[in-house]
Amino acid sequence: MLLVLALILVTMIRQAWPAWSELGASYFFGTEWIPSQGKYGILPLVYGTLVVSLIALVFAVPISIGISLFVTEVAPEWLRRPVVTTVDLLAAVPSVVFGLWAFYNLLPGFQAVFNNIASAVSSIPVLNVVFGPSTGSSFMSAGLILALMITPIITSVTREVFLTVPENDKSGALALGATRWEMIRGVVFPHSFGGMTGAVMLGLGRAMGETVAVALVIGAVPQISLNLFGVGETMPAQIFRQLSEAGSTLRSALIGLGVVLLVLTILVNISARRAVVAVDRRFKGAP
Amino acid sequence: MTTYDHNDDTQTTTDSTAAAISGEAVTMPMQLAPPSAGIDSAERQGNAVEPESLPKVFNLEELQVYYGSHHAVRDVSMAVCANQITAFIGPSGCGKTTVLRCFNRMNDLIAGARVEGLLAYHGVDLYSAEVNPVEVRRRIGMVFQKPNPFPKSIYENVAYGPRIAGIKKKSELDDIVERSLVQAALWEEVKNRLKASALGMSGGQQQRLCIARAVAVSPEVILMDEPCSALDPIATSRIEDLMLELKSEFTIVIVTHNMQQAARVSDVTAFYSTEVNPDGDLRTGLLVEMAPTVDIFSNPSDELTEQYISGRFG
Ligand SMILES: Nc1ncnc2c1ncn2[C@@H]1O[C@H](COP(=O)(O)OP(=O)(O)OP(=O)(O)O)[C@@H](O)[C@H]1O
Ligand SMILES: [Mg+2]
Repeated sequence: MLLVLALILVTMIRQAWPAWSELGASYFFGTEWIPSQGKYGILPLVYGTLVVSLIALVFAVPISIGISLFVTEVAPEWLRRPVVTTVDLLAAVPSVVFGLWAFYNLLPGFQAVFNNIASAVSSIPVLNVVFGPSTGSSFMSAGLILALMITPIITSVTREVFLTVPENDKSGALALGATRWEMIRGVVFPHSFGGMTGAVMLGLGRAMGETVAVALVIGAVPQISLNLFGVGETMPAQIFRQLSEAGSTLRSALIGLGVVLLVLTILVNISARRAVVAVDRRFKGAP
Repeated sequence: MTTYDHNDDTQTTTDSTAAAISGEAVTMPMQLAPPSAGIDSAERQGNAVEPESLPKVFNLEELQVYYGSHHAVRDVSMAVCANQITAFIGPSGCGKTTVLRCFNRMNDLIAGARVEGLLAYHGVDLYSAEVNPVEVRRRIGMVFQKPNPFPKSIYENVAYGPRIAGIKKKSELDDIVERSLVQAALWEEVKNRLKASALGMSGGQQQRLCIARAVAVSPEVILMDEPCSALDPIATSRIEDLMLELKSEFTIVIVTHNMQQAARVSDVTAFYSTEVNPDGDLRTGLLVEMAPTVDIFSNPSDELTEQYISGRFG
């Protein structure tokens, strides 16, 4: 596996090299990505990717954990199967279908809702910047679609993890007079922390790499804007949009984007793993 | 056969028990008690002979338990008295665990489990609508068959119950943790590694930690379901000693398959058995006889009981 990863990295870096050596620091730290003017600063795309993925996680993680807890700890037996099946079906929807559906059916509604929120907070500092005017396509729209797409993944992994919590530990807590929620906080979560992090990472990886669905609803404007209701662009969406008509520099620059995306994903995973070890130690006591 | 043979398998205890019963059986429980248990025989007898003088903690009348359509236990009527150790014995599947789990409403958690009849705790029907099962479990603690410490530090295991009961002050928690570990005869062994994971302890230590954890919320009753069945004889005898110490403060109900253990620690013994159901192949458990332990083991009034404790049945 590591070998494949190394092979991908090496070949891609070789192809990205022309752009990197030509553009140097202005590639990695430039704040403008306008290929028609020869400007290849990737920060707006990195920004867009991170913002959209974070929005997706903010919505998807609590919802997924909620569904998993409901299915494993709360729901009566007869309700469990149907809920699980529905969520699993959602995972089978191709991302292009999500994108198309959102593009034609959700964006108008999003525009209205976003603008309502924007006018409601228009006099509150900070909020009026973050929740500004919208044309429908936006970071937030992309984030919400992504949330919908990664919820089934995170749900099914966290559900599996919750099912591995020993019944004995749960009874132990309940027998001490814990309520169901106290038992979940005291036993289920600590026991599942590593697995939950893994589930979130899986979802995050999917969100950071998602291409078509995001390309359809984000607006295709690479910019570092604090307005979450405004248009933006992500790395994979830009690669997808530009590759077919790319000249040699642009092609090399796009492949470079691919490398950056891959490295970012790996970094996120490594730091998550570190966090799991540290938190486990805190929860479970020194060995 | 040594006096230290605490093996759970009733078969291995057959010889001595049968001999004791057919011989001068009155002294049998004392003969079987290991010297280290330090049981004051006079006190044991005194307690066992006049249980009526003690306040009743539980009073059961015609208790029925169903799992779905399976009538698992029928017509259990008995009383559990304060500061006594009550032992439940009987063959596998006769409903000892089932009845025990009624006492702290743990079978609420089993889908399809249903209880009928009266189970009163200090005169309050535990299954009436106003009773909050979470509250019940704070007053009536439980120790499980398999030691089940949380995958947390030793300290956090003991502090868990007090924490959810709302105690936040560090100094107060420290006191409770120390007191509980002392009560569970574990303090000396772990006081220097309270932050270590509980899962690194031996099985016997883990079970004593579970007792400390139960004791930490200051319950009135501690229910124990075969607490020693996963432990070696030495760990078993430490837990038995511990039970005898704890009974001055707590009321204890213990399920055991070990006749010698029942004889050694309990004041009162309840013998359960099963009968074939007329409508179906699942068996229904019932309480055959309940009496001071000395009497049950010396002259059981029921033939089934005698057969069981002498190892000819079960
Ligand atoms: N969770 C459950 N769901 C359905 N039936 C159960 C459940 N637990 C126990 N039973 C049934 O209830 C009856 C009594 O079981 P119980 O576990 O109380 O017996 P026991 O006396 O504790 O046996 P053992 O000595 O083997 O522990 C058995 O017939 C058993 O099959
Ligand atoms: Mg049992």
